[in-house]
Amino acid sequence: MDDLYLSVRNLTKHFQPSGFSRGPAVKALQDISFDIPRGQVVGLVGESGSGKTTIGRSILRLIEPTSGQVIMNGTDVVRLSARGLRRQRRKMQYVFQDPFASLSSRMTIGRILMEGLDIQRLGSKSDRQARARAALEMVELPEDAFDRFAHEFSGGQRQRIGIARALAMQPEFVVADEPVSALDVSIQAQVLNLLRGLQMRLGLTMLFISHDLAVVEYICDTVIVLYLGRIMEIAPAAELYARPRHPYTRALLSAIPTPDPIRRAKRQVLTGDIPSPANPPSGCVFRTRCPLAVDACATSVPPLREMVPGHSMACIRDEAII
Amino acid sequence: MKDAVLDISGLTTTFTIGGRAIPAVQDLDLAIAAGETVALVGESGSGKSVTSLSIMGLLPRRVGQVAAGSIRLRCKSGQTTSLTGLDPESLRRLRGNDVAMVFQEPMTSLNPVFTVGEQIAEPIRIHLGKSHRSAAADAVRLLGEVGIPDPERRAKQYPHELSGGMRQRVTIAMALACDPQLLIADEPTTALDVTIQAQILTLMAKLQAERSMAVLFITHNLGVVAEIADRVAVMYAGRIVETGPVQDVFDHPRHPYTKGLLRSVPKLGEAAQLKAQGRDLPTIAGNVPSLRHLPPGCAFANRCELATESCRAAVPVLEEVSSGRHARCIRWREV
Ligand SMILES: Nc1ncnc2c1ncn2[C@@H]1O[C@H](COP(=O)(O)OP(=O)(O)O)[C@@H](O)[C@H]1O
Ligand SMILES: Nc1ncnc2c1ncn2[C@@H]1O[C@H](COP(=O)(O)OP(=O)(O)O)[C@@H](O)[C@H]1O
Ligand code: SF4
Ligand SMILES: [Mg+2]
Ligand SMILES: [Mg+2]
Repeated sequence: MDDLYLSVRNLTKHFQPSGFSRGPAVKALQDISFDIPRGQVVGLVGESGSGKTTIGRSILRLIEPTSGQVIMNGTDVVRLSARGLRRQRRKMQYVFQDPFASLSSRMTIGRILMEGLDIQRLGSKSDRQARARAALEMVELPEDAFDRFAHEFSGGQRQRIGIARALAMQPEFVVADEPVSALDVSIQAQVLNLLRGLQMRLGLTMLFISHDLAVVEYICDTVIVLYLGRIMEIAPAAELYARPRHPYTRALLSAIPTPDPIRRAKRQVLTGDIPSPANPPSGCVFRTRCPLAVDACATSVPPLREMVPGHSMACIRDEAII
Repeated sequence: MKDAVLDISGLTTTFTIGGRAIPAVQDLDLAIAAGETVALVGESGSGKSVTSLSIMGLLPRRVGQVAAGSIRLRCKSGQTTSLTGLDPESLRRLRGNDVAMVFQEPMTSLNPVFTVGEQIAEPIRIHLGKSHRSAAADAVRLLGEVGIPDPERRAKQYPHELSGGMRQRVTIAMALACDPQLLIADEPTTALDVTIQAQILTLMAKLQAERSMAVLFITHNLGVVAEIADRVAVMYAGRIVETGPVQDVFDHPRHPYTKGLLRSVPKLGEAAQLKAQGRDLPTIAGNVPSLRHLPPGCAFANRCELATESCRAAVPVLEEVSSGRHARCIRWREV
């Protein structure tokens, strides 16, 4: 049995309508449970609004979950006091999608990298400088970047800076939220290689979020497929691509545009739109677009069942899936 | 090209920044026939949108200008018009009529305070001179054609009442309202979820086949190119570096950049193998050069494994490498 680092149990987040708007709460997350063994990368995949960012933020407690547990290395993050949380913060870091928006244009890269260290008052001033410079080196940016400004860097370089900022804290756990989605494809692969290399070298535990199934395959050990705030399928990365089971995972894989005419011929285009999370369908949330749906799919939420070791899915139509 | 609906020759578009003219598009040749879809593909900043804005006469005034070349459009009347140097009034008559455009963000072309039915009907009234009632009926029919369920009811809704995918269908209906000769779609599926993207691509292929328009489809996604286009033009740092029929280019790229780009596209099932073998994902090393500091020779030379001194001496010409295939590389035979 792998050494467990993170254990998320029954995580639920409902956003209450704000201000004058009335209506039902947005059920962003419903009963999410999964584990991440120490030193492994779990991918979170799903279309926009499926709840990926909400999971990442809830785990780091950047937002307050409605209910559930987030056990990180034995500590329930959800129950931590403000002081306990502050101490926990340095162990867990967030890398954002948009390296442009998340980097201040007035600060030098050095200041940006040291900001978190300064806030946490980690070590002496020169210790902090040394750590920031080491982080810069880890992401393979030139030394002189330290005194330059974010706007002088390309998208891929800024994303490296975003990664360096997280690594400067020497975290145990990193949530990388769509870290390559804004990058061009040739640059995406550079950043993925870098992240994977660092993750292995530093033994980081990571939650890697992407809307693109094609991107997570390389970096993730395990992939979780989300739809409308619920987990549809969990499987080891290679297994998920070779033998996807849930009808939604299959549709998602088949929708990826491809130069391969054989894959294209097998395409099944899902009809309809993603329903509103304020008013999700009863039973299986995917049933309104599912090609295999039957009446029974509307009655109760299909439980996440382990089909083969490590590979679970939430669908009742076993016999139709094979 | 014979029978070209769009015929661009030697297009150079510059932006004047700090008194200097920065070339965003250089020496671009591109022709599209009726019924043909040509994809313009390249990474961000390579000049795709500037090409489309040059065609539409929508470059930011005073800053952006067509510095050289010609853009000719065969209009519905059968006459060919030069779009460069056309007065604003004539351009307005062409836009939405002979040539129409779909953008990445549907809200770029939708007005939040009018119903979608009204917005689709408007160009029909203006350009085709139809009555309110008949244009409104056309709008409902078009909404049906772009796959919007219950079009009568939807026509009375406002853009904010529709999902992103539905809005993009509406802008496609608007673009097609006057049966344009040429449709330009600039990253029309980039902002959409992948299952919705698949719907829109299927829709666009169907509409194009029914109407035999010429389509210029701009995208950064090579998978999308393969799905939608007959021919492809690959752009890099403002220049076309390779063109040809899609399948041909994908099977046998003749430019090192195209080859690198094709290798960088994640192939499902392969990445897990690479990881298991402890290997990296294929990439193109380095970064795109800034348009302000373009090197004298091939703009790709600093990232190219085949680069030699001659590559850095002068910009390679777009050479015909076989019938209908061109590559801007002096070493294309070795790619
Ligand atoms: N602060 C918020 N207030 C209200 N609703 C929110 C808030 N943040 C997210 N949501 C909603 O929660 C759902 C999940 O959002 P998110 O986690 O951002 O999805 P993803 O990252 O998968 O695109 C969406 O419907 C979104 O609109
Ligand atoms: N309004 C503008 N002002 C100055 N430069 C611009 C403007 N629009 C585009 N450019 C320049 O033209 C180049 C090409 O841009 P664009 O055609 O938008 O690229 P893309 O291929 O991503 O569509 C960019 O590098 C940018 O610097
Ligand atoms: S011209 Fe030279 S540098 Fe440019 S792509 Fe060809 S081989 Fe590479
Ligand atoms: Mg998100
Ligand atoms: Mg563009």
